Amino acid sequence: MARFGYYPGCALHGSSNDFEASVRACMKALQVELGELNDWICCGATAAHSINHKLSLALPGRNLGIAEREGYTDLLAPCPMCSMELIKTKNALCKDKALCAEISDIVEIPVTGSTEVINLIQIFQRIGLDRIKAAVKTPLEQISAACYYGCLLTRPPRTVQFDDADRPRSMETVLDALGAKSVEWNFATECCGAGMTMSREETVLNLSNKIISNAKAHGANCLVVACPMCHVNLDMKQGAVEQAHGVKHDMPVYYLSDLVGLALGLSERELAVDRHFVRAGTRPSPQTLAEKV
Amino acid sequence: MAVTPVGDKMFAGTSIENCYQCGKCTAGCPLADQMDVTPNQLFRLVQLGEVEKVARCGAIWMCVSCFTCTGRCPQSVECVEIIDALREYAAEHGCAPPDLKRVILFQKAFLENIRRNGRINEVELIAEFKTRGFLQDLSLPFLMKDTLLAPRLMQRGKFHLTGEKAKDRDLVRRIFARCTTAEEPAANEGGAH
Repeated sequence: MARFGYYPGCALHGSSNDFEASVRACMKALQVELGELNDWICCGATAAHSINHKLSLALPGRNLGIAEREGYTDLLAPCPMCSMELIKTKNALCKDKALCAEISDIVEIPVTGSTEVINLIQIFQRIGLDRIKAAVKTPLEQISAACYYGCLLTRPPRTVQFDDADRPRSMETVLDALGAKSVEWNFATECCGAGMTMSREETVLNLSNKIISNAKAHGANCLVVACPMCHVNLDMKQGAVEQAHGVKHDMPVYYLSDLVGLALGLSERELAVDRHFVRAGTRPSPQTLAEKV
Repeated sequence: MAVTPVGDKMFAGTSIENCYQCGKCTAGCPLADQMDVTPNQLFRLVQLGEVEKVARCGAIWMCVSCFTCTGRCPQSVECVEIIDALREYAAEHGCAPPDLKRVILFQKAFLENIRRNGRINEVELIAEFKTRGFLQDLSLPFLMKDTLLAPRLMQRGKFHLTGEKAKDRDLVRRIFARCTTAEEPAANEGGAH
């Protein structure tokens, strides 16, 4: 059984606990063991890098130190905000011995930046798309997804070094293995407004409206994301988006792990898809569509 | 990050002088149409040493850190790192425009929440942010916005009144203390403006 270090981050243990349920159910079905870092702390997110540079290295540094102490070579951080902050710190530590010493002192644990940090898409790649394809029980033929990468899965490119920042295809490749279709569209890497949800909501409602509208115009019947913040802005805020722009979207938003899980035969309940805001019945979920067909 | 002396070739660890004003940063920015100073203008002002002026603009707080500018810059200028350095400077000197102070308020409440709990407690963070925001501008719609989401979150098991805490919270406080030397703790600055 493959074993990975696991850094859930605050969102997955807070209001995005549907994402964690989905990731865990999916990994269990694929016989992957996740070792949650002992007493991990918040990565600091946008707040730290915006107003305290040293904290933005120390907070992720502490978590990287825990991962090293616990002997993980690979660390899964499903939240791209967390994974980007961890990778940024790892890169800074790897090229600067003096910084390693300074951060190790600050966080009271030796840290060198040796742990590989991976996102949700990468863990499916590590498991092997052939293996996932072979395990598919219900091919998702009814799904025509707009794969939405948002910002931090592929950016900043020199930092995260993942996929093609202008035209990423890694999620589409996973969907291929599940028997699902994905549409060509224009907003795959546009920003949804991210952490502005609380402080400048109008920004989020405008950007999210453009994303959902573009997905719809290109024939998508759902959006697929790999980020808890994107899910909040596109799913939880979809009602507010509709109200602010006088439109009706009814566009379901899946985490990538939801679709992998559904294809593997897990139920919407096991994957916590039933806890999303845009509800089954008004949307073409694989299971409701399968019944219609 | 300390803002390096005005006119220095290196700014925020990146070579600002490499910017040759092609405008790709502004072309790709999802917020440029609403900014008082566009990203390329902002970088030009930094080149000219007008750090004080840039630190007072709204644009740096409208920036959502999506990194599109960083990703597309043909000169590999670390655009967001420059904006971060400006934000850090502006937050320390309290020079954000009034309509964008809420963004700083949120960032500071966010960090204070980590300092206290080691992990983000969403309910506590939102309550603190809303209260401080309300005391600042007495806007009732702002105070009440999102409250209707609470029961729907609860229904979905997404609402955690108590929230999680790291076990070793003293360690977290020590980390914060070492990273905020000679400054007021973040908590005491938020509502001061």
